[in-house]
Amino acid sequence: MRQNILKLSRNNPYLFLGVAALLWFVLYQQLLPLSQALVSIFPVDPASHLGGALQFFFYDTPKVLMLLTGIVFVMGIIHTYVSPERTRAILAGRKLGVGNTMAATLGIFTPFCSCSAVPLFIGFLQAGVPLGITFSFLIAAPMVNEVALALLFAMFGWKIAALYLFLGLTVAIVAGLVIGKLGMEKHLEAWVRAMQNTGAASAVTNQHMGWAERMDEGFRHVSEIVGKVWPYIIGGIALGAAIHGYVPEEFMVSIMGKDAPWWSVPAAVVLGIPMYTNAAGVIPIIEALIGKGAALGTVLAFMMSVIALSAPEMIILRKVLKPVLIASFIGIVAVGITLVGFVFNALL
Amino acid sequence: MKHIKVLGTGCANCKNTMSMIEDVAATKGVAIELEKVEDLQAIIGYGVMSTPAVVVDGEVVHAGGMPGRDSIEQWLMG
Repeated sequence: MRQNILKLSRNNPYLFLGVAALLWFVLYQQLLPLSQALVSIFPVDPASHLGGALQFFFYDTPKVLMLLTGIVFVMGIIHTYVSPERTRAILAGRKLGVGNTMAATLGIFTPFCSCSAVPLFIGFLQAGVPLGITFSFLIAAPMVNEVALALLFAMFGWKIAALYLFLGLTVAIVAGLVIGKLGMEKHLEAWVRAMQNTGAASAVTNQHMGWAERMDEGFRHVSEIVGKVWPYIIGGIALGAAIHGYVPEEFMVSIMGKDAPWWSVPAAVVLGIPMYTNAAGVIPIIEALIGKGAALGTVLAFMMSVIALSAPEMIILRKVLKPVLIASFIGIVAVGITLVGFVFNALL
Repeated sequence: MKHIKVLGTGCANCKNTMSMIEDVAATKGVAIELEKVEDLQAIIGYGVMSTPAVVVDGEVVHAGGMPGRDSIEQWLMG
């Protein structure tokens, strides 16, 4: 079966894409009736709490996994067009402002893993990408990624996903601009400064790829990402279902809700800085917080803080940045995220 | 004998890449010298921006993510 599918995708990529997309849409349209049919198998009243919880679980799990698989597959294909080397070439020698906007936007599409943040950082500086623009990229790449957007879209709708996208990019652009304006180059470690503008070292160029190879990359991306995050997602939805079906205890409302004191947003951001998990890992927490009556802005600020700022990443970056620059980086991004939280709470 | 280096700061994918290369070499019966490069400045010296990366006889043949089994076979046999 698997062999046959792979064979079709290699020999006739367009046909395969067309059939797969059609199946995906048909199945996606049928999710609600399918989940209702599934619930009716169980000896529970669909109108009861348990029935509601089951319905939520059976509907949301396939919905989220299907959306995630689709988006991750497409991103895997996009990644074959946008390598870090190409992004770097686009950003080299750009001016602050336009450059920051481009860097943050490219951060969404460029493959990025926080374990290679440092080589990437130096590779950018080496090629003459200004420090502030490099930071815009470094902030946007982990925070505004396809997994976070797909999950927000599937769980909270396109408006929330779009707001997260827009405000996440804004934080990355503005924080990079501020770092660039402050002239922080002297707070780079000496050996890194010596490498600035030394010209890009040779890099591997992806040999010309056909559609079949690009789709292979799509499959590989799906098995890598979805294979890693599905337990978090099912855990998160199960938690959400439990909250959905039963009356939420409103104990979070007083400290994280709409009428919470002003310091609840900064407190959520500070709490999120040392924590480290990926976008999928933080979604269950968010489901739980929102289910218990926390305000969306506070929760999204918490999410951004957890993903964008983390203790392990700071330890890696310490090899290239002096403490002053690390502290400024954390401070500027944290302030930006806090403002985003306030704006969100005021708008919604 | 081919000299192969895997560049990476110690993420899970780097270790997987190492063991995959060892595995392919063993099944194909190719003698290789495999080395792990974890020093940041050395990695950057190769012009690599995303790890794991693979260097065969001094030439960077791959960067950013685990290489496919087919590619490894090509490097070893070629």
